[in-house]
Amino acid sequence: MTDRGERAAGAKEILSVQGITVVLSGREILRDVSFAIRPGEFTGLIGSNGAGKTTLFRVILGLQAPSAGQVLLAGRARSSRNPLIGYVPQKFVLDPDMPLRARDLVGLGLDAHRFGIPLPSRARRALINENLAAVGAERFADARVGELSGGEQQRVLIAHALVARPKLLLLDEPLANLDLRAAQEVVALLARLAKELKIAVLISAHEMNPLLPVMDRIVYIAAGRAASGTTAEVVRADVLSELYGSHVDVLNVHGRVLVVAGAGDDSDRSEVGQHGHDVVVPGLEIVS
Amino acid sequence: MFSGFMVNAWTVASIVAVVAGLVGFFVVLRGSAFVAHAVPNGSFAGAAGASLIGISTLIGLGVFSLLGALGIGLLGRRGRHDAVTALALVVMLGLGSLFLSMSVEYAPEIYSLLFGEVLGISSNAVAPTAGLALICVAAIGLLYRPLMLASVLPEVGEARGVSSFRMELCFLAVVALASTMTVPVVGTLLIFSLMIGAPAAARSFTHRPLAAMALSVAIALVTVWSAIAASYTTDYPVGFFVASISAAAYALGRGWSFWRRRRQLIGRPTLGPATHTAALPS
Amino acid sequence: MSGSSLHGLSGAVFALLAPVIEPGFFSSEVVHVAIVVGAVVAIVSGTVGVFTVIRGQSFAGEALGDIGTTGGSGAFLVGVGPLLGFLVIGVVAAGAMEMIGIQRARGRDLATGMVLGAGLGLAALLLYLDSTVHNTTGATFTILFGSVFTVASSTIPLIVLLSVVVLAIVFALYRPLLLSSISAEMAAARGIHVRALGGAYLLALALAVALASMTIGTILSTALLVGPAASALRLTRRPSHAIALAGSIGVAAMWLGILLAYDSFSWPPVQTGWPVSFFVVTLILIVYLLSGLPRLLRTRTRAV
Repeated sequence: MTDRGERAAGAKEILSVQGITVVLSGREILRDVSFAIRPGEFTGLIGSNGAGKTTLFRVILGLQAPSAGQVLLAGRARSSRNPLIGYVPQKFVLDPDMPLRARDLVGLGLDAHRFGIPLPSRARRALINENLAAVGAERFADARVGELSGGEQQRVLIAHALVARPKLLLLDEPLANLDLRAAQEVVALLARLAKELKIAVLISAHEMNPLLPVMDRIVYIAAGRAASGTTAEVVRADVLSELYGSHVDVLNVHGRVLVVAGAGDDSDRSEVGQHGHDVVVPGLEIVS
Repeated sequence: MFSGFMVNAWTVASIVAVVAGLVGFFVVLRGSAFVAHAVPNGSFAGAAGASLIGISTLIGLGVFSLLGALGIGLLGRRGRHDAVTALALVVMLGLGSLFLSMSVEYAPEIYSLLFGEVLGISSNAVAPTAGLALICVAAIGLLYRPLMLASVLPEVGEARGVSSFRMELCFLAVVALASTMTVPVVGTLLIFSLMIGAPAAARSFTHRPLAAMALSVAIALVTVWSAIAASYTTDYPVGFFVASISAAAYALGRGWSFWRRRRQLIGRPTLGPATHTAALPS
Repeated sequence: MSGSSLHGLSGAVFALLAPVIEPGFFSSEVVHVAIVVGAVVAIVSGTVGVFTVIRGQSFAGEALGDIGTTGGSGAFLVGVGPLLGFLVIGVVAAGAMEMIGIQRARGRDLATGMVLGAGLGLAALLLYLDSTVHNTTGATFTILFGSVFTVASSTIPLIVLLSVVVLAIVFALYRPLLLSSISAEMAAARGIHVRALGGAYLLALALAVALASMTIGTILSTALLVGPAASALRLTRRPSHAIALAGSIGVAAMWLGILLAYDSFSWPPVQTGWPVSFFVVTLILIVYLLSGLPRLLRTRTRAV
């Protein structure tokens, strides 16, 4: 993991999040969150549901104004079009009757922000095919998007995000609704894309274990604050306890990580609960 | 059948069918069937009021359609299910009945406003209808890409600077204009059938978006032409034929979808994790 | 509300309205019929309406109203009164809804919309035939916008009978119906036959919509069904109170509407009077808007 970091060291940061604080309806969702991502890095944004991952994404995309702090993309302030970011949302297209093929959806990623009707051209078609192939979606390129399975739709959405040649790929909880095999396939695909296309990948998840083999960097969010660094640096009892504001243990079981709420009495649970998030016991899902 | 006043009927109806097919495509895509029902209801009062004051019905329709569409747009999701919206629309209908009761010729007026009277369209309605149609078609052509993105992947659209709210308002304005020109032909109660039936049928027969739009226009044209021909021959009202043919086209489309999916499931190789629950209709 | 206090209240209301009441109001036969029919129908609509709103099935009421147009125009053509047409087609449509299982609130989804569209197209045809066969053109207005003034006094027995039937259904099944409307799962757990109850409710709904259509027309009937009920449910949480309140609102709107319509004969522009249905639905909307005031005032004064 370290030589990946060494290789990227010295290259300009593609995403720099500096001191982001977000207060909504009197509640502090994020407090002084800072981290940076370099081109080609695979970063996992880990936190339980409600920890603020989606809010952070919205700030990065410019859909949510932060109460403090700034976001820089390739050293410059964001623009409303986000040309450098490819975004893959969590929610999918569900209408099976929708007259839209996978390749049409990818085509929308090319130039949908421009007015008018897309004129068919060989170059356009080739570009779309190329990106469909990159995610392994050629087999169902001409099928209706709404009739594809969850995993297939996600590949198409990734291709859609890729086709505009982003420098940063942002995926919101891509593993949440997938079964184990599909999740592993997507992680492998994303890692390959990051390496081959030199695209930085930032994916949010509430479960870090599927990402451990490929993550260059982890940004762990809890109680509105974040700790960032390599997994070895961040996923430790002392760092996470400080983050949660109460005692947590980090267990290593056969290479998998378990983050467990304070040992002993259950009153710790309620304390942790008061910070507005769930207690994280992700490992239990893996050990089956 | 093709001479004299009938020329107006054929011309106006064809123009209307083209617009209904194009705009309806997006209405169905966005799941906005409610709008196709609500906006014409609201415009009913405008048309009645216009005929009472003696100005062109199109103006009354246009103003009330736009106001209604804007209202629905500003209320957002909440407006679809709110009792206020439902009651307000009913009051609009009541208001329309009031205006109509005050005008002298009200019985045939009511009928034609509700169910359309394509044979009664005068030649000076052709130009404004064509004008409105041009605006609608140009708007759809211009907004095609961002509207598609905002309709299919609203979150990604926002990230690309395509505001869902602004797109919704533009779209609603286009629906208002489309409904304005369609009411004289098929009436406020039957617009839904024409504007929804053709695109809903078209989407069953093709999975390419531009082809679906074209097919939607084609089906709308065939519907309207058959309706006029049938009406001319039997003297029965055009609206009856438009509604019936649209329903038949829709049914055909559903049947085709059903049969196609049946055939597909049997012969389809497993492409990936079979999480088909995500793709079943709700 | 006890009988005497109701009488006293209505007396007070009329005394208040005396200067606004045009001469001949109380002696008009047509008005007598309208007042009786209007009140009965309003009570029935309000009662069924409360369940409709709780169940979130307002769309079903709307659909039944629209399809009633077809039935009414058919009845007119055949020569019977529209009520029979509303009833027959309403019951048939409710049965179809029941079989297809359209009970879940799905809003105006495509399939329902297309079917209703076809029904309305058929209504267009029937109304056209009405005007050619019977040489009258008033059918469209009467069926779609109704008029409580045109209800024949010979229909009163049937109307009262149907109202009694609907109210009997509702009150006999009151508790299980209420439970299954609020939570189908809880009701099923208690051994209540949720499906059968739903069917009974749809039947009551079809009858109530038919009655409402008689007085204010098919496409306005939703207002009488849902408006007072929705207002009542904003003001009180207890279903029994809501039913009483909805009925009262409906009756008040009806009677005031009838009064205003009668008065309007002397208003401009022509001596034709304004449609009574217009007054009724507008009043219902006003009440609904007013019913939002208490909550608005409460949240304004409550500290966040």
